[in-house]
Amino acid sequence: MLKTVLLQSAILSTPIDFYILLSAVLFTIGVVGVMYRRNAIVIFACVELMLNAVNLLLVAFSSYHSDASAQVFVFFIMAVAAAEVAVGLAILSMIYRNLKSIDIDVLSKLKH
Amino acid sequence: MIKLIGLIPLFPLIGFVINGFFGKKMGKGLSGAIASIAILASFCVAVGVFMEVNASATKTHVVDLFSWINADTLKIPFSFLVDPLSSIFLLIITGIGFLIHIYSIGYMHHDEGFSRFFTYLNLFVFFMLLLVLGNNYLIMFVGWEGVGLCSYLLIGFWFKNTEYNNAAKKAFVMNRIGDLGFLLGIILIFFTYGSITYGDVFSKAHTGSSTVITAIALLLFVGAMGKSAQIPLYTWLPDAMAGPTPVSALIHAATMVTAGIYMVVRSNIFYTSSEDASTIVAIIGAATALMSAIIGCVQTDIKKVLAYSTVSQLGLMFLALGVGAFSTAVFHVTTHAFFKALLFLGAGSVIHAMSGEQDIRKMGGLKKALPITYLTMGLATLAISGIFPFSGFFSKDEILAFAYEENKALWFVGSITSLLTAFYMFRMFFLTFHTSFRGTEEQKHHLHESPKSMTIPLIILAVLSVAGGLLGIPAAFHGSNWISGYLNPIIIHKNPSTLSHETEFMLMGIATAVALVAIYTAYNVYQKSKVLPASSEKEMRPFERFAYHKFKVDEFYAFTITRPLDLFSKALHKFFDNQLVDGFVEGVGVVVKWLSGVVRQLQTGNIGFYIFSMVLGIVAIIFWSILK
Amino acid sequence: MSTLLLNIPVTQYLFYFLSFVAILCGLMVVISKSPINSILFLILTFFAIAGHYLLLNAQFLAVVHIIVYAGAIMVLFLYVIMMMDLNHDNEPHKNAFLKIAAVASGGLMLLTLVGSLKGAEKLTAANPMNTQVGLIKNLGTTLFGEFLFPFEISSILLLAAMVGAIMIGKKEIK
Repeated sequence: MLKTVLLQSAILSTPIDFYILLSAVLFTIGVVGVMYRRNAIVIFACVELMLNAVNLLLVAFSSYHSDASAQVFVFFIMAVAAAEVAVGLAILSMIYRNLKSIDIDVLSKLKH
Repeated sequence: MIKLIGLIPLFPLIGFVINGFFGKKMGKGLSGAIASIAILASFCVAVGVFMEVNASATKTHVVDLFSWINADTLKIPFSFLVDPLSSIFLLIITGIGFLIHIYSIGYMHHDEGFSRFFTYLNLFVFFMLLLVLGNNYLIMFVGWEGVGLCSYLLIGFWFKNTEYNNAAKKAFVMNRIGDLGFLLGIILIFFTYGSITYGDVFSKAHTGSSTVITAIALLLFVGAMGKSAQIPLYTWLPDAMAGPTPVSALIHAATMVTAGIYMVVRSNIFYTSSEDASTIVAIIGAATALMSAIIGCVQTDIKKVLAYSTVSQLGLMFLALGVGAFSTAVFHVTTHAFFKALLFLGAGSVIHAMSGEQDIRKMGGLKKALPITYLTMGLATLAISGIFPFSGFFSKDEILAFAYEENKALWFVGSITSLLTAFYMFRMFFLTFHTSFRGTEEQKHHLHESPKSMTIPLIILAVLSVAGGLLGIPAAFHGSNWISGYLNPIIIHKNPSTLSHETEFMLMGIATAVALVAIYTAYNVYQKSKVLPASSEKEMRPFERFAYHKFKVDEFYAFTITRPLDLFSKALHKFFDNQLVDGFVEGVGVVVKWLSGVVRQLQTGNIGFYIFSMVLGIVAIIFWSILK
Repeated sequence: MSTLLLNIPVTQYLFYFLSFVAILCGLMVVISKSPINSILFLILTFFAIAGHYLLLNAQFLAVVHIIVYAGAIMVLFLYVIMMMDLNHDNEPHKNAFLKIAAVASGGLMLLTLVGSLKGAEKLTAANPMNTQVGLIKNLGTTLFGEFLFPFEISSILLLAAMVGAIMIGKKEIK
């Protein structure tokens, strides 16, 4: 009982909007990173950062509202992120093998 | 039997459908048989209807088939009107139609489009029956348009020839011009009387103002002008001879062209109530009769002679209508149907024997080779010239008698027309059958009498042409003038003849004398002196050449109407079509292309740019939703 | 009661510390010159976030987060970078205008996000609050109860990713 109360007060000590703000900042950093860098792998890493910001927010809400489905959702996001990284890096390797560069300004063959 | 009236148009419609879908597969024998049997069945029912109408006390029977148009104030049921007028027309259409179907089985035997021909013929009979059976102006109009369509299809039957197609187009367009007048007339009737059913309109007709009644009468007459080939819409009829001869016999002699007469007789109350309209009708009829008779005197194509003769006789019928002799006009329609159909079918027989030759300058002496045709055509020619006691005598004389009563000038024009009619008909007759053969050896070889399927209708029609006069023997001969009495109920304002019997006999004497003079002149010129019509235009005298070219009316129309319309449409095409419309449509394409060229620049292939625009988009959306 | 008074500031201090580390490392991911440095800073960010998870009593997720992300995904990244031998310092940069535009639009987005979440302090926590939500038992019950079907489907997703990665990465047999 005491443990529960302690935990509850620990969780409640930071109001939810702090987490929202933190998540927004991390997300924006990820967005800026995608626009800022030219190395394809670093861009990928920034995408991961964005995903994590969202994960953080989801878990915060899950604790706040005592709803386990948000954490399950985080689960699935992690699975999807893992799959995406695997395939994305495979593609990048192929591109590097063919074009000898992973600079995205060089990789703009889909332009008009 | 009157309840079965719906069957009468139904049989030809079924024949049309069967022949239309299965004609080619059925083969010629079955196809022709089905079409003819359909018409025969309609004829039998028509005979039954006629007997019943004759025997019944109330002459008007309305048979409702189904509710057709049911808008707010406009209620038009699809109903048929069975009365003396429609029963007579039913007999003419189905009877002569049947004979012509039998004839066509022989005449079109070698033709590729045999079943197509019978399909169109049945369809035509169906529409013509609708026209005469309808109980309101709209059903009549449906039939009116339908027969115009079938006329187009049948004139241009041999569609691979451009000239025939042009003739068909000309017929259809001229009919359309007339139909516009007809439609305006119907609309005016509806606005004035609130209904277009015959019963309602005729009972209320007197409530309209006299200008409205005159306008209605004249507008309806414009429709009749187009359909029945009066001045100025008559030039399509001679060109319509491009179609097969049975078509000319059925449509352009016996039935379709008489639709105008039927319409005027049906609407007789408008014409008797309006002096001006009647006068105009009579004058146009007389002028048409005279002018086409003059043209007919110098024509060299056997079918064209008969065509101009038809126009002339129709003019006489309208003359009769104009002077108020409605039952006489119907009488002349009947007798004219007999002998004109016979003349056309006989001409077809001659053309068939001459292997397609139609120029009477190249015929001659066919008396021995085509005995039945010679005999029957001779009887028909006597009938059309108005010789006693053939049918044409009685009907034509009645017309001239009524005209004499009304206006001596009209009577004079009518008599001159009869003189010319007798002259050119016998001119044709002598040049074709008497004198000596002027054709090629090849044609002489192939001369033969037509098969039974063609000669039997000729014989039947000849009997009718001779005996048809029995329908309307006037009181002067102690007859009862049966047809006049029969049609009495449908004529609203009577206009009985006040001529004394002496005057009538005098008029008849003058007419017969005139006809005999004409025949004798023709005999003298063409038989005894063996004068031939000029074999080419150069040998013609100036007036003759002018008349040969149909008084240049066609050229006049082409100059004043066709050419300006042509130029106008060309100008529209160059300006509107090419520049405006095409420019607009292509312009849409050009604009789209330009726009897409601009938008295409967004595809930089650069991921950073894409994310950038995504971010801007998200910002914009969130901003906008906050603002709301 | 006294322990209560002690614990509360500790949690808050922990929160601020972890947030600072996360944001700083995130910035360094974006700014650092060499790709390997970026990835290493990213790993640090993940640890910070795992700490946040622990603060929220999401124990299972914290551990899984570290194992999957820092242990697997980032290692994959490092493998690829080292394979491509990209540890150069003369990596080309975008031109200055684009950099400023990038940062500016990022800032704009931050402002908008923050502004749109103005009413968030009115959110109330669930009452009564279940703090055991992050524990394995509760998570397992929800995962295999309500979300069984998506769980099974995600296995197909991982299968597709595996097959895809292998097919794409194959060298063509001449």
